[in-house]
Amino acid sequence: MNLQRRIAWTVLLAAVAASLAAGWLTHHSYAEQSRDFISAPPSSQFWLGTDELGRDRFARLLYGTRVSLLLAPAAAVLSTLIAALIGGAAGYLGGRWERAVTSGIDLFLSLPWLFLLLAVRALLPLDTSPLTSVAITFALLGCLGWAAPARIIRAGTRTLINSDYLVQAAASGIPRWRMFWRHLLPNLRPILLAQFWISVPLFILSEANLGLLGLGVSEPLPSWGALLRELENYSAVFQNPWMLAPVVLLVVVVSCLQLLLRTEERVPC
Amino acid sequence: MVSLLLRQLRRILITTLVGGLLGATLVRLAPGFGVDERELDPRLSAASQQAIHAERARDNNIALFYLRYLAGVAHGDFGFSRSLNRPVSELLKERLPLTLGSLAYGVAGGLSFGLTLALLTVWWRAPGADLLPAVLSGLFLAAPAAVIALVFLWLGAPAAGGARWAIALVVFPQVYRYAKNQLMATAQSPHVVAAEAKGLSGWRVLWAHILTPAAPQLAALAGISVSMAFGASIPIEAICDSPGIGQLAWRAALDRDLPLLVTITVLVALMTLGVNSLADIALAAWKPAGAGAE
Amino acid sequence: MLTRAAMALLLGATLVLAGGNELRFCLRADPKTFNPLLAEDEPSAAIVYLTGGVLIRLNRYTHELQGELATTWKVSENGRRIDFNLRRGVRFSDGTPFTCQDVAYTMRRLMDPALHSPAADSFRSGPGEEETKCTSPSSATVRFPAPVAALAAQFDQVAILSASSPKKESAVLGPFELGEYKPGAYVLLRRNPNYWKRDANGRPLPYLDSIRLEIQDNGDLELLRFRRGELDLINKLDPDKYDQLSSQMPHAVLDSGPSLDWEVIFFNQVQNAPLPDYKRRWFESTDFRRGISEAIRRQDIVRIVYHGHAHAAAGPVSVANHFWLNPALKPGSGSDTAALGLLERAGFHRAGSALLDSGGHKVEFSIITNAGNQQHERMLALIQQDLARLGIQLDIVVLDFPSLIERISRSFNYEAVLMAFTNVDLDPSSQMNIWMSSAANHQWNPNEKSPATAWEAEIDKWMQAQNASQDPRKRKADFDRVQQIASDQAPFIFLVNPDALSAVGPNVKNAAPAVLFPQAYWNAERLQVNGNLVSRR
Repeated sequence: MNLQRRIAWTVLLAAVAASLAAGWLTHHSYAEQSRDFISAPPSSQFWLGTDELGRDRFARLLYGTRVSLLLAPAAAVLSTLIAALIGGAAGYLGGRWERAVTSGIDLFLSLPWLFLLLAVRALLPLDTSPLTSVAITFALLGCLGWAAPARIIRAGTRTLINSDYLVQAAASGIPRWRMFWRHLLPNLRPILLAQFWISVPLFILSEANLGLLGLGVSEPLPSWGALLRELENYSAVFQNPWMLAPVVLLVVVVSCLQLLLRTEERVPC
Repeated sequence: MVSLLLRQLRRILITTLVGGLLGATLVRLAPGFGVDERELDPRLSAASQQAIHAERARDNNIALFYLRYLAGVAHGDFGFSRSLNRPVSELLKERLPLTLGSLAYGVAGGLSFGLTLALLTVWWRAPGADLLPAVLSGLFLAAPAAVIALVFLWLGAPAAGGARWAIALVVFPQVYRYAKNQLMATAQSPHVVAAEAKGLSGWRVLWAHILTPAAPQLAALAGISVSMAFGASIPIEAICDSPGIGQLAWRAALDRDLPLLVTITVLVALMTLGVNSLADIALAAWKPAGAGAE
Repeated sequence: MLTRAAMALLLGATLVLAGGNELRFCLRADPKTFNPLLAEDEPSAAIVYLTGGVLIRLNRYTHELQGELATTWKVSENGRRIDFNLRRGVRFSDGTPFTCQDVAYTMRRLMDPALHSPAADSFRSGPGEEETKCTSPSSATVRFPAPVAALAAQFDQVAILSASSPKKESAVLGPFELGEYKPGAYVLLRRNPNYWKRDANGRPLPYLDSIRLEIQDNGDLELLRFRRGELDLINKLDPDKYDQLSSQMPHAVLDSGPSLDWEVIFFNQVQNAPLPDYKRRWFESTDFRRGISEAIRRQDIVRIVYHGHAHAAAGPVSVANHFWLNPALKPGSGSDTAALGLLERAGFHRAGSALLDSGGHKVEFSIITNAGNQQHERMLALIQQDLARLGIQLDIVVLDFPSLIERISRSFNYEAVLMAFTNVDLDPSSQMNIWMSSAANHQWNPNEKSPATAWEAEIDKWMQAQNASQDPRKRKADFDRVQQIASDQAPFIFLVNPDALSAVGPNVKNAAPAVLFPQAYWNAERLQVNGNLVSRR
């Protein structure tokens, strides 16, 4: 394992471990309000200062990491798998099927799915726990985020379909489903990995934007998306630069993912 | 080629019509459809409240609404926006050029920047060569679109310019990542190794043996960049207060403005389908005859 | 002589070159209409305020009525009739003379039943048609079928239209007229060359040449532009931005004191709401509601959410509304002991860390509010912790505004709501549709066929009494009773009255922001920018 990969693994595991061990790393809970220490700067008591309600930013960052680092990659895996199956099948089958699926993908990309998210939120009971509610949001994002990459996967499949090894496999009499599953999908790995890497921060940011419509995480549970929304108050950010901690952590995690996924891109033919 | 063009046009027409109906249905089924915040005005009498309800209930039957809408479109009438109190066609005429301009510049900028970085990374396949592009793309992927837009405004960029730059910076990380992966995978193919072994120049290998086989996927990128860019334009135009379609879409969504939302859905569908169809047609024209035809 | 003339010319040229005399501020959205009779949204109302001429104006600073297009007026027949003496020699912006016919035309258009204007509904206190007569070109009599409370003050909302001008609604009587409108970008108002008003020295008003209203939804951008000098005032600042700006431009920010707005919580008491019976019993219990009210630490909300720019509220009248306020009312104490005492009286008891009702149900309920409102989200986070100390679990649900309206006015699928009420009127008659049990805006239980409780019947009685009377002292006494009942029964838990916060640039003269709409530019005709007084005559 090369040095970059080791560093990336270490950082990622440290982030995950820190979020899971939040209760040991800080005695503050994410909801606890120290009302006499509003928007306080970093100190020995509050390592990253406090927010506008006197809640420890470090605790909220750790617990928010737990929510986002668990749910966003899960949603990314879901959207990538759906994209792989639909886009791959479209490219593999070709002809009329491919045209129909491609039209379906383009249609899917154009629809205002926001209203489906609003409808689902309306159907949930009002006493749904914040974690359940945000998990459902991420699951929906995963179910809705497949269309754009499916198009690219379809195009990639069309290129691979005439590869020598697939022609040889077909000539050997291997069933089509097996060719698709064992020989085609694995060779789409570079695209699938790229899709996964892009989706993780995209879903985190989508959850942040959906918060403006009440579709994000509910108080008091933190998430990276909710913490990132604070950055829109740029004047406060200039005065309190420690507010950038969530975006720094997100960039670090995304970069580590990229380093890890990069070495998976060596394509076996 | 002519039959391909006609097939694409037919596909665009049918998909757009279906898209409009599905979009209208989604809006109709969303909670809060048919309510009006004027209902909370305590000055209004019971009769006025009922009049507001009745006005909003006109569009409850989605099939009838859509038929009326299509009949109107045939005469150039895209309906009336209740949230902005103006004909939708007027709103489009004012705002579409701005958004199209932002999208065109933003997508072109994002594609150019992303592809250029990807090509450079593949060309210069040295260890650590992709570190800077990786960090840049990671940074812009992680930063909210609204924050990127705010930074440009803070630097004093005009609203339209800030929006274009912000869209380009939102699009480029995804373009870079997909393009780099695809080009790198192609660069490791046996035919490229063979070409390099035969002593072909780096430029020729890049153009003829790496870029050309990856063209279908890169063309697909162009297609989805448009819908990516439009999605990004909504928060960006809202932050920059750039009076384009993205800002309109946000207001329409908040007010459940059905005619406006259906028109925007149809517009986005046309844009997405149009760009993707152009990409497919261009590819078909590019490919040698008999090789992976549509 | 020549030298002085040359200098005057040079001075005049210098004044012009200094950028003119234009006030610049922002509207949150495009105005939906320029028709004064249909202006309901805030941007449209702002433009109507600046361009419309009214018979009587409520002075936003002194809260006194003053004659504008009417020199005098007289209310008689117990509030059914009002006689105006109209100002002579007044012309619309296009030169058309202003006469009684214009008043009659405006009232006819306003009271058209098909219009459904909120301003018109304010006059509709009973069935029947209104009648406007012109006894002479400069005197008008308006008669209503039933008494109208605060009749004279209602005319502050009615901008007079021209009956005869070819320019129709574009011909105005206010200090400014519409110059340009670029949708999504700006509205430019130019001074009305025919405006009738002059200052004490006889100089024509307005002092400004123009007002440029930029259409800007983003508050952060608005603040940035204000700091750069691209805007001259910010009409409504939120507390965070107020503090940011005050650290950089301390002389620019102004806290005009508590506004008329309320932040309230109410519980669902609708009979056929989809609630479990035990929760319905909680919400219908006065002691439960008052217990919740007592537990909320309003001073923390004032200090933390509003940074001190709010006042704890005790009832439906803000402390800014000196005349109508019932001073005997006090806000909730924020005492856990007092709160628990009330809850125990209602049959609740502590069991470990939870509060249970008499049936053993854990006290847990949800509260909805509109998404995108930072103050609401923070308030609820504080209240969640306040109630947690009593063992009550509060589930916070933020919804987009249409979803929220649907739940509270159509499906009634909610348990509790945190909402803001914006009051534009001092007079309690504007709140009739909130307090009357049969009204649609009787939020906790709208459209009751008959009052569901004895106290609601009491409120109905006193609201009708104050609405039918013209005696201010009697009306005050009647409305004091309504306020007392509201405080005792707590159908609304009043939280705070936020302060009216604004910012005015150093180049703006004569600004005196008030708490009533339109706050910072209520005296736009007397505002000056750069200290230049440009006389056009």
